Amino acid sequence: MFGPLIVKPQKSQGCKTGAWRVQSRPHFLQKNCIACKMCLLVCPEHCIYGDEKNTYGTDYTYCKGCGLCVKVCPKQDIEMTEETGENN
Amino acid sequence: MKTNPLFKPGHTACAGCGQAIAARLVIEAAGPNTIIANSTGCLEVFTTAYPETAWAVPWIHSLFENSAAVASGIEAALKYQGKKDTTNVIAQGGDGGTADIGLQALSGMFERGHDILYVCYDNEAYMNTGVQRSGLTPFDTNTTTSPAGSTSMGNPRPKKPLPEIAAAHGIPYVATASAAYFQDLQRKVKKALSIKGPKYIQVHVPCPLGWRHETNLTLEVARLAVDTGLYPLVEYESGVLSGRRQIAPKPVEEYLKVQARFKHLLKSPDEIKKIQEIADNNIKKYGLKVEAAPQT
Amino acid sequence: MKQFFEGSHAVAQIVRLCSPGVISAYPITPQTHIVEDLAQMVADGKLDAQCVNVESEHSAASVVLGSEACGVRSYTATSSQGLLYMAEVIFNIAGMRLPIVLTCANRAISAPINIWNDQQDSISLRDAGWIQLYAENNQETVDLHLMAYRLAEDKSIMLPAMVCMDGFILTHGMEALDMPEQALVDKFLPAYKPLYKLDTADPLTMGALAGPDYYLETRFAIQDTFKDVLGLLPKISEEFRGVFGRDYKDCLVEEYFTKDAERVIVAMGSVCGTIKEVVDELRKKGKKVGLLKVISYRPFPYARICEALKNVSKVAVLDKSVSLGAYPPLATDIKAAFCGKKKAPKIISSFVAGLGGRDITLESIRDIFRKLTVREVNGEFIDLKPELLKEKYED
Repeated sequence: MFGPLIVKPQKSQGCKTGAWRVQSRPHFLQKNCIACKMCLLVCPEHCIYGDEKNTYGTDYTYCKGCGLCVKVCPKQDIEMTEETGENN
Repeated sequence: MKTNPLFKPGHTACAGCGQAIAARLVIEAAGPNTIIANSTGCLEVFTTAYPETAWAVPWIHSLFENSAAVASGIEAALKYQGKKDTTNVIAQGGDGGTADIGLQALSGMFERGHDILYVCYDNEAYMNTGVQRSGLTPFDTNTTTSPAGSTSMGNPRPKKPLPEIAAAHGIPYVATASAAYFQDLQRKVKKALSIKGPKYIQVHVPCPLGWRHETNLTLEVARLAVDTGLYPLVEYESGVLSGRRQIAPKPVEEYLKVQARFKHLLKSPDEIKKIQEIADNNIKKYGLKVEAAPQT
Repeated sequence: MKQFFEGSHAVAQIVRLCSPGVISAYPITPQTHIVEDLAQMVADGKLDAQCVNVESEHSAASVVLGSEACGVRSYTATSSQGLLYMAEVIFNIAGMRLPIVLTCANRAISAPINIWNDQQDSISLRDAGWIQLYAENNQETVDLHLMAYRLAEDKSIMLPAMVCMDGFILTHGMEALDMPEQALVDKFLPAYKPLYKLDTADPLTMGALAGPDYYLETRFAIQDTFKDVLGLLPKISEEFRGVFGRDYKDCLVEEYFTKDAERVIVAMGSVCGTIKEVVDELRKKGKKVGLLKVISYRPFPYARICEALKNVSKVAVLDKSVSLGAYPPLATDIKAAFCGKKKAPKIISSFVAGLGGRDITLESIRDIFRKLTVREVNGEFIDLKPELLKEKYED
């Protein structure tokens, strides 16, 4: 008999940390984006996706609303907006 | 976000955590053929609370002070199995688990010459247990066990020079890095993993909770630490200083005023002067200042 | 054919025959010869293993934890201060269900510093979740190591095992013994197949944080597994007898003339050899005495002990350790076995002897049999020197 001992990677995304957001969330304008990838790299949650210009967004299921992506974007193409309470 | 990330979202780090940024960058630079031995601390707790795990590489946590020793065992096992050449071994921990309680195991690992990269996430205090001072807490920092008060300016001791201690062991590669400089950090990780033997990388990672700054200022704070000269980004190869990131030095006050852990110093120009001295000494010692262009 | 071995050298031999892939230990008297021998074997190309010469016992245990977690059979040895230094890792290894085998060369614990034999070190870690087997002589030490790997690595068990041998008495004692042959060892001990391991081909997380909702069950699981150990060890002993010819019966206890005994001493380790001599001597004089040797201390074989001693009217438990402030450890377990039972010895007296290497002589054992009277005695120290207790520390 062994009990709970190891965790396999596919169990990793059970904690929906998007619920931590209270006041605001980042909004990706997708207008002046130059695909520098800085937002994707800075996200401590690694929940920002994107490839070519103006395709960047975040997975609101996990986004904690820290605001680092907004600060780091060289084109100010992300802004903090009011939290809607939806995770889409 | 990659389709198969090695470090997944859904972990419970504080919003804006510098260590989460750096840890992800490290494992992505190392790649899937990596086994990690992790010390007890923030990173371990926020990535692996049963039944969750953020790690898609083999990962083991044993105790607080022994990740360098556990990694030594993993490396020995891989050598026995003939798999060491195709597998990276990374031991990682915070400044507490590395510089203080973990120093013995770290030194032993260096001395024995194991083919392991040790990454220290330096957030300058025992953060996971509530912001108590460590050997890497900077001079005059307010922590819960070195609090500022009417008879104290905070931590009375300078940072333990752990990169130099590592370099003094004669290991092939030592570097300091910062959560603010992604490419630099990943370059250093890749360089380290291409060298056989013990390697040490110390990454400066701001902690919005412990340093008391806004969650969206993590990168800015990390950049200021480097740009003031308080956190030199350097490289040592076989004990000799071989590289440094040059800066156009900013006054230390710019760094101190964005973090409430230094709030008590803002009314004490004498203390700020002492900290400026630390920065100036670093700049001189490591040759950090961008030289003025020669007059023609 | 019997060969003459120093105990430590015999241990090194049997460990070599078990083919560990990683060995890591820190020297401490009286374990040193074991690890030195293994290092020499590796240097001479007689053993294909990675020897990691660590800077402390805490790291030695951590190294074998790491290597065992990768699926490589590993080994370490220690004693006394070293065992206590790695205590944290000992609990960790059991909690992670890594079947490491460790030799404990039983030695007294500081302060005061003392390098001679008693069993305080391994006894102090009896709660850690390790199987603990105590050897009477060096043949038993060798055989218990082999059975320990077989038992620990069993798919239904996966618990670490500590083989305890009395420091100096056994480690440095010379004995003629039968060393198993490699071919038979390979027959008896299959290759180690871990439950799970660190492998880039199949990543997993070991050592996760288990909160109040999960921790309890991991401890229950180990407790439950110890019941399986009580059932499996006799089967392994039977298998051992079939391959090597030596019969340890259930390998939980050894009954020496207990069947019709009126007075029995219960003990563990090398002192049992001395007790057997006294039993033989007294039996020749018609005295009905016996010895119950406990081999498996953890799991503690309560049922077997009840079965062996329920008709014995007077039992003396001889502890080579002491639980300061309470009844001695082995005595406590023996008393607990009979608590509430209808058939039980009338007297269970307990004695403490041999601490810090104080010699336990034939006369000491005769004395214990003499002290087994109608008056129950608790934790009496044998061969105490009252003149040493006259020290006064005053201004």
